[in-house]
Amino acid sequence: MTDLVTPLGDDVLSLRAGDPVTLSGRVYTARDEAHLRMQEEGIPFDPEGAAVYHCGPIVRDGRIIAAGPTTSARMNTLTEFLLDSGVRALIGKGGMDETVRRALAGRGVYLAFTGGCAALAASRMTLAGVWFEDLGMAEAVWAIDLDRLPLVVGMDAHGGDLFDDVKLQAHRRFETLCREHGW
Amino acid sequence: MSHPEQTPLYSAIAEATQSALRKAEIELPRDIMRRLAHAARTETNPTARAELENILANISEAAARNVPICQDTGVPVIYLTLPEGMAYTSHMGDAVAEGVRAATAAIPLRPNVVDPLSRANTGNNCGRGMPAIHVRHGDACDVTVLPKGAGSENVSRIGMLLPSEKDAIGRFVAETMLRAGGKPCPPVVLGVGIGSTFDGAAALAKEALLQPVDEMTDYEQELCDAINSLGIGPMGLGGDTTALAVKVRRGDCHTASLPVAVNVQCWACRRATEKVIVP
Repeated sequence: MTDLVTPLGDDVLSLRAGDPVTLSGRVYTARDEAHLRMQEEGIPFDPEGAAVYHCGPIVRDGRIIAAGPTTSARMNTLTEFLLDSGVRALIGKGGMDETVRRALAGRGVYLAFTGGCAALAASRMTLAGVWFEDLGMAEAVWAIDLDRLPLVVGMDAHGGDLFDDVKLQAHRRFETLCREHGW
Repeated sequence: MSHPEQTPLYSAIAEATQSALRKAEIELPRDIMRRLAHAARTETNPTARAELENILANISEAAARNVPICQDTGVPVIYLTLPEGMAYTSHMGDAVAEGVRAATAAIPLRPNVVDPLSRANTGNNCGRGMPAIHVRHGDACDVTVLPKGAGSENVSRIGMLLPSEKDAIGRFVAETMLRAGGKPCPPVVLGVGIGSTFDGAAALAKEALLQPVDEMTDYEQELCDAINSLGIGPMGLGGDTTALAVKVRRGDCHTASLPVAVNVQCWACRRATEKVIVP
């Protein structure tokens, strides 16, 4: 188990898809609207070595109530500028596409967090700040301090992609299934 | 004459709706818990086992902190059961909506309901056609809630198959999961509606999700085994556990038709029922 702390350095480059890790330190939430706003107006936090969490949390009275990951694939076409500016980790669920995999090569990783585990995540989080609050609770950029959030490397800096490997295998098994059942 | 909002029935329905939503959002039903615990015990893939352990830890945290299991608290789908002699009125619908508004503020729930085109958020999980209320006959007046998240709803599928394709329903169901991959937060429960009409099949698929998951017919088990053999695993990271259960509901249909709907449900198969007790 590798324990990562933000800001992330070159240590993320040695990780391989499938490795279990924990992540501590500051991360920033961003969903579709925040990505669009950041492309237009710039990134409000220091992107160097940063981790961006695809998440629309429930926040109340300065506390994170629930903060599970959202589907990362929605941000496939909105991500490269973050990596260009120094972001080293994306956190979310479901994986991302080939363009992101290529963009990660040599500079960052995609970390998968278990979908729906909003209370577990919240139990490891402290709220540290917010930008773009006018976008609404789910779409704002929240600064969050993490304490050892358990994650798995979904895509590594060497082109490794666990989601894609599983998908390929599932397609092969589907063909077998159809043959066996006469579907 | 009192305002309709003040009738004992209105208050009782609103309270039952709010209470059922609180229960559903914070605590998973026992049958789902049993299936998840079983999966965590039997899973052979280490990554999948870690995912299932996260899920179980999350459920404990949600209970301990008295917060929703998932930040996507879904859109409210409501099944209102009325006994013989009790007629459905718009007043009851208003009461259900009142319960949803109250639950949204109190639990709190994420306000997820928006205008489909302007995407403007209504702020209270109510709106045109929301909450979706399905009225059914039953022995007593009760409210069942099924908060439905978008990740799994979005990969649900309906197909108008040919009657000659009845032996290939399994292909359609498995293909739905193949296309969905990790997106719907597996391990999933699949609600399958077979027959009825275009809209009826979808309603059957959703109602299938209300049935207990720790019992399956041979047909359901066969579909479940087929899904699990794909190896998609929890969150699409690989493993033995892709589906916790497949539940099927059938309706008769036109002789020229074979509608099949698959309503995909994430592992957080949230549902709860409260009796409506009018003092």
